[in-house]
Amino acid sequence: MPRLECTVNGERRRADVEARLTLADFLREHCALTGTHLGCEHGVCGACTVLVDGEAVRACLMFAVQAGGASITTIEGLGGPDGALSAVQEAFRAEHGLQCGFCTPGFVVSVTALLRESPSPSESEIRDALSGNLCRCTGYQGIIRAVQAAARA
Amino acid sequence: MSGTSAAGRFVGQSVKRREDPRLLTGHGRYVDDVMLPGMLHCAFVRSDVARGRIVACDVDAARALDGVVAVLTADDLNAHAGVMQPTMLMAMDGAPLRPLAARDVRFVGEPIVLVVAESRYVAEDAAELVAVEIEPEPAVIDPERALEPDAPLVHPERASNVGAEMAFPIAPELQACLDGDAVHVVTRRFVQHRHTPVPMEARGVVAAYEPTSGELHAWMSTQNPHEAKQAIARVAGVPSHLVRVESHDVGGGFGQKFFTGREELTVALAARRLGRALKWIEDRRENLIASNHARADIADCTFAMDADGRLLGSYIDHLEDSGSFPVGATGGAGALVGMLFTGPYKCPLASMRTRSVFTNTCGRGAYRGPWLFETVAREQMVDAAARAIGVDPLLWRRRNVVPTAELPYTMPTGLPLEMVSPSETLEQAVAMIGYDAFRAEQARTFAGEGRLLGIGIGLYVEPSTGMMDPMGTENAVVRVNPNGQVTVALGTGSHGQGIETTMAQVVAEELGIDIDDVTVVQGDTAVTAYGRGTGGSGTAVIAGNSCRLACAEVRAKAIEIAAHLMEAAPDDLDIVAGQIAVRGTPARAMAWAEVARVAYLETARLPEGMTIGLEATATFKAPGFSWSNACHVCTVEVDRATGVVQILRYVVSEDCGKMINPMIVEGQIAGGVVQGIGGTLYEHFVYDDDGNPLTTTFMDYLLPTTAEVPTIEYGHVETPSPTPGGHKGMGEGGAIGSPPAVFNAVADALALVGATIDRTPLGPDAILGALAARDS
Repeated sequence: MPRLECTVNGERRRADVEARLTLADFLREHCALTGTHLGCEHGVCGACTVLVDGEAVRACLMFAVQAGGASITTIEGLGGPDGALSAVQEAFRAEHGLQCGFCTPGFVVSVTALLRESPSPSESEIRDALSGNLCRCTGYQGIIRAVQAAARA
Repeated sequence: MSGTSAAGRFVGQSVKRREDPRLLTGHGRYVDDVMLPGMLHCAFVRSDVARGRIVACDVDAARALDGVVAVLTADDLNAHAGVMQPTMLMAMDGAPLRPLAARDVRFVGEPIVLVVAESRYVAEDAAELVAVEIEPEPAVIDPERALEPDAPLVHPERASNVGAEMAFPIAPELQACLDGDAVHVVTRRFVQHRHTPVPMEARGVVAAYEPTSGELHAWMSTQNPHEAKQAIARVAGVPSHLVRVESHDVGGGFGQKFFTGREELTVALAARRLGRALKWIEDRRENLIASNHARADIADCTFAMDADGRLLGSYIDHLEDSGSFPVGATGGAGALVGMLFTGPYKCPLASMRTRSVFTNTCGRGAYRGPWLFETVAREQMVDAAARAIGVDPLLWRRRNVVPTAELPYTMPTGLPLEMVSPSETLEQAVAMIGYDAFRAEQARTFAGEGRLLGIGIGLYVEPSTGMMDPMGTENAVVRVNPNGQVTVALGTGSHGQGIETTMAQVVAEELGIDIDDVTVVQGDTAVTAYGRGTGGSGTAVIAGNSCRLACAEVRAKAIEIAAHLMEAAPDDLDIVAGQIAVRGTPARAMAWAEVARVAYLETARLPEGMTIGLEATATFKAPGFSWSNACHVCTVEVDRATGVVQILRYVVSEDCGKMINPMIVEGQIAGGVVQGIGGTLYEHFVYDDDGNPLTTTFMDYLLPTTAEVPTIEYGHVETPSPTPGGHKGMGEGGAIGSPPAVFNAVADALALVGATIDRTPLGPDAILGALAARDS
């Protein structure tokens, strides 16, 4: 089995993994980071979005071995070490940007990446940037408000 | 009754949800996050034929694969399975449910073989090695074809494909009216297409059977843990007191997870047979093709009206496609479609027929407003009828809606309509959107630029019904700990509604203590008493009032203890902000926590004969009907060149009585509205003529995204329900009002050029087709 070495949320990880193991399954099963959710496993819903070297990627579409040498940030790595919420997470809570919470990690990671690239996006930029993440509970109303609030924060 | 009443300390406030920090940081616990030592993984082999005989099923190669533990067929499991029907529907005549297909298959996606292996990867490898040979037979896909006498039988055990049928007599006066005694008689057919709930978390179960204790412990994605416990006990043959079901976080359900699915029951049965811990996580393709589908209705509607368009009589002939193995009741929604068809309008005479047929497709199940076709068909019919007689649809509604002064009103089907405000919500919604100004703009833009703008209304009343046991009752245990902090145990199954927050608001309000001193536990049958689960817009009214009843008992006992300790009269005491004090003399007070401590730890100080401790259990029984209502109005532009519909504005005026948490109420409305928009414009589960599913991924089954949805504007009207909290059910309503509002807006735009529509979905092809039909 190929050897994978990478950094996940700042921790060095070494593992022998099957070549066909997805990055999502590596994070969930090998690293016990179950905040990365699988909503479709074909790259459409965005629930499994993580940051790989700062870029938002779909962990269901990437093999773990492709992340060799990379620095990966999951939803668990975005808040403070004491459980404090990030500005994006806090805005999602204040604006009711989540209900069941299943798509939420993917949205929070995508929004975090968006605001790093574009700190003051317009509403149409927000809608465009998040159109690759599916939510079934909120009708996106609170999510769009949350991004606007986080951009102001 | 317009406007909303003053909020309490907690009830009526948009308290931030306590579920959120764990969900926002990746610390939620969904079923796929449960990993047990020695746990095995499951995959199903499913039929790729809609109807046919299983000629051969060779599992040898799969069994031989390294890492495979078991490959189970109908011969291994079906004889051991108990009754699979939901507990509350066991007496009903339903589809012949079975764990795995035996000898024949009845829809594409029907499970035939269950593979159990050391990893999901190996389980799927092995599933590929199972060789199933099926001899296809003619399938019944069209529900109207299913009615024909020579149609093949979906279930050969049954005499016909009609699963349920109900008809009311047609009174001679109604018949005369429909036959032409009325000035206007308008008949239209409306067809609602098949779509499906699509929770972002698909279904799943981890079922662990421990042979020495005989205990079966199941972690599930369910809205209804106690029903899952009953069903698993029955199907797996484990005594129900040895079954425990847990559902921590649940990634949406919308009805799909209210009853326990065939696959979860089959996996639990397999865990019992193998004596192992098994995990099955449904993948998206399975969820789309083989979890329950919904909608799929046809109705022929007739309105008889006087010269001004006032309703004199109505008739609906409804046909429901139940698919092969409906989850829950066969034809369960149809009776309500017929009985609620006249909705918020005055109509002296009405009748109906409803039929439910089996087809070789995925079974129908509950989806947010399972009977909403009554509103879809009626509201679309209102616009069609108004247009046919040359009356504006808003004016038609104003002439026909039951005025508040005439409530209570007995609907022509006998249902009592009361404590509702359809005319107020209608007026609030049209005022918010500026109906008259839009009509002027519509005329101007059409005359000037040929643009097609339209406006549509969806007005409805929703019965959150407590008629059928156990849907009207919920259990609450309010347990004060010796330090005064409170644990509330509910039989609910929250899956996004924020029940841990809203029910804590109710309890903190009722007990007069801080909300941070209240914790709500639910979703675990070992620590909660039997309850109805979460669905049918029931939690605020039913669980909320169970909490209130239990709190009243706890509060009375706490005051009695305090009165005894303070040598005061109980009637003089009140609980405010965690202090039990003499009214008007706040200095004479003792802390709530001190009363709790005495109740458990200094029992000699309790009044003579009083029981030790401070807790109460209560079950509220909801009235047969508690109505809520809303009016949705939206405006659209239809692009004549591309056929694309764009929603310009979307307004909801709703009345759910007293709100517990306005933020959560508006979130529920928004979610429902966007599901209705998706269902009307984008989502369509498609079968070909042979029953092959064509929309098996999110590339084909299109959900609405941030790119399409409008900003939703909310108005609130408050007519308290007669139940203690004054709340009304509202979780489904957003999904009920939106489909006809969108449809009517599109129909209104198309009417500018004489084009008509009678069915959904309203994708570009449908719009261009309607425009072309007008041109030809």
